[in-house]
Amino acid sequence: MTLAAAAPYGFLSPTGVEVSFLLVGLVTFAAALVTVTTKQLVHAALWLVVALGGLAVEYLLLTAEFIAWVQVLIYVGSVVVLLLFGLMLTKAPIGRSPDADSGNRWAALTVAVAAAATLVWVVVDAFRTQWIDLDAPQGTTAVTGAMLFQHWVLPFEALSVLLLAALVGAIVLSRKADAKADAKADAGTGGAESPADAAGPADKERQR
Amino acid sequence: MHLAYPAVLAVLLFCTGLYGVLARRNAILVLMSVELMLNAVNLNLVAFDVWLRDALHAGQALTLFTIAIAAAEIGIGLSIVLMVYRNRGTSDVDRLRDTAEATGPTGPAGPEDTAPDGAADATDPDATAAAQKAEATA
Amino acid sequence: MTTPTLAVLVPLLPFLGAVAGLLLGRTAPGFVRPLAVLPTVTSAVIAVLIAVRQGGGTGGGIRPVDTATELTPTGSVPIELALHIDGFAVLVAVLVGLVASCVQLYSTGYLRDDPRYPSYAALVSLFTSAMFLVVYSGDLMVLLVGWEVMGICSYFLVGHYWETPEARAASLKAFLVTKLGDVPFLIGLFALAADTGSFRITKVLDAVASGGLDHPTVIALLLLAGVAGKSAQFPLHTWLPDAMAGPTPVSALIHAATMVAAGVYFVARLLPVFAASAAALVVLAVMAAVTMVGSALAALAQDDIKRVLAYSTVGQLGYMTGALAVGDRGAAVFHLLSHGAFKALLFLAAGVIIHAAGTNSLAVMSRMTGLRDRIPDAFWTMTVALLALAAIPPFSGFFSKEAVLGAAEHAATGHAESVPGSAGWIVLVSGLLTAVLTAAYATRLWLLAFRPPVTAPRPAGAPTAAGTVEAPDHGRQPVVMNVVLWVLAVPSLAFGITVGVLPDWFDGRSLTPTLTTSVLATGLTLVGGLVTYGAWRHTTALAARVPMGAVAAHPDAEPALSEAEAIATHTPAYGSIASAPDPADPGRLLLGPLHRHAAAGFRMDAVYSALFVRPTQFLAGVVRFLDREVVDTYVRGAGTLPRWLGAAVRRAQTGNVQTYLSALLAGSLVLAVAAVLVAAGA
Repeated sequence: MTLAAAAPYGFLSPTGVEVSFLLVGLVTFAAALVTVTTKQLVHAALWLVVALGGLAVEYLLLTAEFIAWVQVLIYVGSVVVLLLFGLMLTKAPIGRSPDADSGNRWAALTVAVAAAATLVWVVVDAFRTQWIDLDAPQGTTAVTGAMLFQHWVLPFEALSVLLLAALVGAIVLSRKADAKADAKADAGTGGAESPADAAGPADKERQR
Repeated sequence: MHLAYPAVLAVLLFCTGLYGVLARRNAILVLMSVELMLNAVNLNLVAFDVWLRDALHAGQALTLFTIAIAAAEIGIGLSIVLMVYRNRGTSDVDRLRDTAEATGPTGPAGPEDTAPDGAADATDPDATAAAQKAEATA
Repeated sequence: MTTPTLAVLVPLLPFLGAVAGLLLGRTAPGFVRPLAVLPTVTSAVIAVLIAVRQGGGTGGGIRPVDTATELTPTGSVPIELALHIDGFAVLVAVLVGLVASCVQLYSTGYLRDDPRYPSYAALVSLFTSAMFLVVYSGDLMVLLVGWEVMGICSYFLVGHYWETPEARAASLKAFLVTKLGDVPFLIGLFALAADTGSFRITKVLDAVASGGLDHPTVIALLLLAGVAGKSAQFPLHTWLPDAMAGPTPVSALIHAATMVAAGVYFVARLLPVFAASAAALVVLAVMAAVTMVGSALAALAQDDIKRVLAYSTVGQLGYMTGALAVGDRGAAVFHLLSHGAFKALLFLAAGVIIHAAGTNSLAVMSRMTGLRDRIPDAFWTMTVALLALAAIPPFSGFFSKEAVLGAAEHAATGHAESVPGSAGWIVLVSGLLTAVLTAAYATRLWLLAFRPPVTAPRPAGAPTAAGTVEAPDHGRQPVVMNVVLWVLAVPSLAFGITVGVLPDWFDGRSLTPTLTTSVLATGLTLVGGLVTYGAWRHTTALAARVPMGAVAAHPDAEPALSEAEAIATHTPAYGSIASAPDPADPGRLLLGPLHRHAAAGFRMDAVYSALFVRPTQFLAGVVRFLDREVVDTYVRGAGTLPRWLGAAVRRAQTGNVQTYLSALLAGSLVLAVAAVLVAAGA
């Protein structure tokens, strides 16, 4: 099965949607790359916004309209904000930090590039002849609402329970951390060398 | 639209996230990378759902669920990171090495006071880098 | 009851007594003494009863009782519970019963406060039972059982004062040296059974009589090794003097009267086997001669009273083996019986003396006044026993020793068939020489122990002369101990009169002293005694100038305590366990330069050390080297590789999650690629 014979739509004559998808995809990919390589931690979060937003556009291009808005709402609106809060709460340095990458970088690069090469090879080999017909929109809000509350209502409810559990868990974890932190602060001033202080004097200084 | 485009983009995003998970030092950055990986999967799900024209729209439903689960995951993950930070004074993944092989029968110890002789080469530059970072922070 | 039934009871009763004593020793201390004494005394009475029934002095006696029962099939050569009761057996059994009863009675006084008395008494009972078994047994394997039980009892009893290093060393030495003889002994028994097809003594003797023995010399020499070990003959005699570190009653029973006589008794039982080989008889004669003369010389140089007696025992056993070497087992067992009585008496009296004097050193006793008056019973009985030992005419020792010498002369002049004349001459000459020496050391012992220094004539009321000490006051000795001494003094005094009837119990050969040897030996004995007396007169003046004395006085404690302390303090006080630097010792004058070597037992221990101990230690060192440096190297090498691998794997355990995850994902990636390739290839 040759490329030309099997594929009625060639790669050399892209449609407008394809061009848009490619361009936005490039931007998304570049933003993701910056996210995982930048030395500035807050910038990483901001570049993540770009990448996630780019993905939302891709969803729109794939006619999954509702998903796109959910993506923007939840990811860009809440998750990234949560991450930023996390960065602030852990006193992440603002500005360039030279050690944002660990010593595992080269191993990670090797694994990632190898994985990418393998997966791209497999995916291209498998799907190079397949064509997505985008004539009828597939993910309008009406369609999504109908299928979600007709066919997927039970998992949906289960998911709400999961979210509740996560909420409770997060609260419990934070409360415990508070209690422990208070106890440790009391004990730490007494001069006792608790195991948690094994992180070293530099960190203690940073805590102060 | 060719299916290969979203599929390849998903692969690239996934591997980017993979690199971030493996290479980033800060635990929150690791979480960001995990988000990237999840989003790559979401893109795949949506693309294949649209391609297959599934009557039940299982791909899109699953995408929604994944987004919800990712939100829960980020909440739990962040609270864990916060607690670790409060207990240990750091959220650097490669400094949380309590499970490292101890040199003697004294049990697990902090990575810096008893670094195993094998890991000393690997930890020493990191330790100095961490110290520099601490100074920069202060 | 039939004779076999009674004969079974004889070993059984002390055995049951021993078991009961061991079991009840802690819970019911009140029963210990009856359990120790009564079975033994009963056995002795039964033994006398059997002797009366069996021999009876009726002229030729009754035929020996032989009965056997086989408990279980044991393969080609059957092992049976057999009795063989002839004149030898019944008389030796009477001796064993008598001495064992006396010793048990004596021990009740001697060890009256000893915390280990229950186990001690039980072991003595067990020993008595084993000795009876040896005496009555008609099967060589059963005899060997009793033989070995005696050995282990001896080990435990020698080590009774195990708090002292001397006793520990002596018990080990006794055990090891006798085992050294027992191994060839066992092989010899197997060879004998292989040649004759039976362990039964009667069948063995029948086979020997019909010429069924293929290797008589080898078998006889192998058996001789065991006999030499058990009966303390040269060169395996070294354990016996050291065994005197045990309590005195044990020395009297085991190491004077009975166990050491077991070897002689065994040869007497199997004499035809030995007589089948002229070479074995000559070896036996040489062994007896060396033993006799050497031990008599050594006895003359010892300082410890019990070691004197021990060497004397070795020498008297030499007489017995000498009698066997000239083929006269009647004389041998006759001497065994009389010697058993007077030597037991000597030891028991020595126990009294050691207690009364507070020391076991003759050098100290020679400086002591009043010892004779404190213990008149021991003095008189010991005098009798020493006269018997020296073979002065009316006493028992005279008759038995003359029987031996007469047999030797008989053989030397070629009148005994199947006995080489050389063996007779060897025994005769060495026996006469030993008679002189025996008289000498007996006189020395008596003079040093009981005669105060002659140069200490002191006016009445004057304080004790310089260099002498008054014997410590221990009060009266326990009555039971004195009674026992007199009981044993009777056979020592009067056993000789049985010389006319004893041949009926034995082989029928006359045991009456012959004129030539009697005159010769008695004359030599008198010479030895007089020379020693002269030497003592000469040296005793020195005693006052060299004061010595370390006395352990415990007026209220049991006698054994004094002895244990005396043994423990002899080496620190006088530099050696055997001798003391005493210029007043007549033995020193008599022996001259030989004294030093004689005191050390002619350095046999050093020879053994050079021949056996050092090579063994060297080999042990080699083995240790091989084990540690060669074998362990491989073991360590086998351990090192896994350790290195473990260290390498441990390096991977960095605790860094990202490293783990990288490895995990890289691995899954490889697997995925492999899966894809396989799928594509397929």
